[in-house]
Formats: sequence, C-alpha cells, structure tokens
Amino acid sequence: MVKRTRLMRSQELIYEMRVAEVMTKDVVTVTPKTSMSKFGDILRSKRISGTPVVSGGFLVGIISIEDFINWLEKGSKKARVKQCMTEKVITVFDDEPLAQVISKLEHYRYGRLPVIDRDSKKLVGLVTNGDIIEGLLHKVERVHNEEEIRRHQASNIFDDIIVDQTTLIYEYRVIGKDFKQAGAGTSRLRKTLSRLEIHPQVLRRAAIVAYEAEMNIVIYTDGGDLFAKVEPGMITIVARDKGPGIENIELALTPGYSTAEDWVRQLGFGAGMGLCNIKKVSDEMFLDSSVDDGTRLEARIAI
Amino acid sequence: MTLREIAELLDAEVLVGEDKLDMEIERVCVTDLMSEALVFSQPGALLLTGLTNPQTVRTAEVAELRAVCFVRGRRPPDETIELAREKGIPLLCTPVLMYDSCGLLYNRDLQGCSPER
Repeated sequence: MVKRTRLMRSQELIYEMRVAEVMTKDVVTVTPKTSMSKFGDILRSKRISGTPVVSGGFLVGIISIEDFINWLEKGSKKARVKQCMTEKVITVFDDEPLAQVISKLEHYRYGRLPVIDRDSKKLVGLVTNGDIIEGLLHKVERVHNEEEIRRHQASNIFDDIIVDQTTLIYEYRVIGKDFKQAGAGTSRLRKTLSRLEIHPQVLRRAAIVAYEAEMNIVIYTDGGDLFAKVEPGMITIVARDKGPGIENIELALTPGYSTAEDWVRQLGFGAGMGLCNIKKVSDEMFLDSSVDDGTRLEARIAI
Repeated sequence: MTLREIAELLDAEVLVGEDKLDMEIERVCVTDLMSEALVFSQPGALLLTGLTNPQTVRTAEVAELRAVCFVRGRRPPDETIELAREKGIPLLCTPVLMYDSCGLLYNRDLQGCSPER
C-alpha cells in the first residue's frame, strides 16, 4: 500500500518538477572556434563525452566524442569545432516538466540534452538521465521527510515531550455584541484543533461547544475569552466572561428557556438551545455564574 | 445528487461556489434555528434555510455542512457572501418556498438528517 502511493507520487513528480530543478548548471562548453585538438584535451581532462557549442551565450551546436573520433580518422589537423559539430540540436526549455524531457531522451536515444532559457534563449544547463533520477530521489526524500515530520508533530505531539503531563491551551478573545465577527474565534480554534489530527467527530463536537459558548458571550455580554485545553485523552472548552451573569442557572438550563432579545432571535439564535446543545455534545459540563462576577462555562470532551 | 442538479431542480442562483457544483450531496438539514442546525445535522449535509446572516455560514463551517441554500428568494447580505467565499462554502438562492423546496428534494431521494432507523 505504502509502496503504491510512493510510486504514484513519483509519477506525479515528473509532471510537477521542471528541468531547471534537476539540470546541471555548471556546464563545460566550447565555442565554434575552439580547435579540435583543444576539444580533445577538454574531453580528456574533464572526463566527459561531449559538450554544447556556444557562441555569445547562445547554443549553436553540439559536439561529442564520436565527432572527435571521426575527426581523428579523416579530419584536417587544423579543423575547428565548427566544422565537426552537429548544428541541429534537440533542446529542452528550463521550464518544461521532467516528463517531457524523459520522453525526448528516450525518443532520440540521447544521453543528454542542452537546456535553454525560454525568454533569453541562452544555454543555461545540461540535463541527463542521471540528473533526472538524482533530482527525483532528492525530491522524494524531501517530501517523505516533510510528511514524516508533519505526521510526527500531529500524532505524537505529547509523546516526545519528556514530562509527566502536557497540556496545550489555545486562547481566543470574543467581542461582545459584535454579531458579524461572532464565530470567528471558533473558526480559528477549529482550524487549530484540526491540525492535531483529532478524530473528526471529536473535532465537530468541540467546534459546536465552542460556537454555542462564543455565541452566548456575543449575545449576552460585553465580551470574554474562549479557551481550548488539549491534554492526552481530553479536550476542555472554557468560555469566560465578566457579566452580567446568569440569575437562575437551573432555569437557564431548561430547554427552550431564553432571555434573548428579539434581534438575537431574528438572527437564528436565542431559542433556549445553546446550553442544552453544549451539554448534549460534551461528556461533562460545568456552569458557574454569579450576577457580579460573570459566567464560566466548562465543557469536557473525551478524545 | 450533485449541487448542480439541486440548483437546477430548485431554479436556484449560485451566489458562491460555481466551481464546486459537482460536489455530491446526500442529505439535507432544514431549519431557521442555527442551534438546531448544529446538533440535528450530519456532516456533509446541505443546509436549507430562510436565514441569511453570516452566522448561517459559520454554522455550516462548524457543523461541516457542505453548502447553504436560501429559500423563498431571500438574498443574503454582502457579509454573508464574503464569509462564504472566504470559507469556500457554496451559497445558492432559490425563489421556491421552504415546503416546496423540501418536497422537490425529498422526491429525488435526498435524505434528511434523522438518525438511521
């Protein structure tokens, strides 16, 4: 299974990756005026089997060890590269996908192709089968490492920290009476929790708790804070405000009971369901409130 | 049923999400109470509502509803449209009334959000 996804990933990569990412940029070149004997020296000293021929930065031909052997057999001693090179060169642009290059290399049975910059038309590199394989391997390794790190961060966030107990706390401010912004805290909280790879159902329940709690702060108070505490086995959502407080908690927990004003009801809230919803989707709920100090709601969801 | 087919069936205008019309919809949740949408919906459902304020989009996001369709020709304010764009939640607007919208969708075998019996 893993093998198959890797293979498919590398198949994707040959379409994603561009020639510029894998090509050799430091290319040995000769000019048309280079003498053939000098060219021979270059082949020997650099241990290469051919070079592009460049004039003023532009590719004008290509010359290989085969051309050199032909010249040794029947060429004139003073001959220059210009007389022995192949002028018609198959090239690739630096922004072409690797897939294109692979099919060109295969089709023409060449070992290397000069790479041309699409805008300036100048030679910018050389690409071989070896470059492509090396480039792909590097990329696959990098992608793999990144995935590993991400997976590790997400699932083992607590395992790696050497301590008896770790707790993550996310805190969001909630502005009172600002109906347009209402829910923005929950939205950010949800996104953050989703990065921890929490089970989708737990995530949904936590988001519903946070949203109802946030709406209560927006509707009834001048503002407060929303916390999400994440520890092994448990997410706790805490909503805190500074007032006005709930006069009769028991009544407030009665389904359908609401003190919401009409404008709130017109917006689809204030039906006396918020606290009941929180109780319903969480495993435990605690509500403390006093008319002077405000309200603190805590809802726990087992992971 | 795809969102595109739903839009055609309800003669609905697509306000947000032209590019997402091929998404598959299997269930519908119908309510004007967002607290109800939160706990009586199932993830992936289409929300059919007469409420047009931005909280419909927030609710869809929190409850993981796939798209929102406003009934009886009610057009949402700009804030709602903006938020839906930001969250990538498609918005439709149909002139068809609530009961008729539900009937048309039910006739096409779209399920509701009641727990499986």
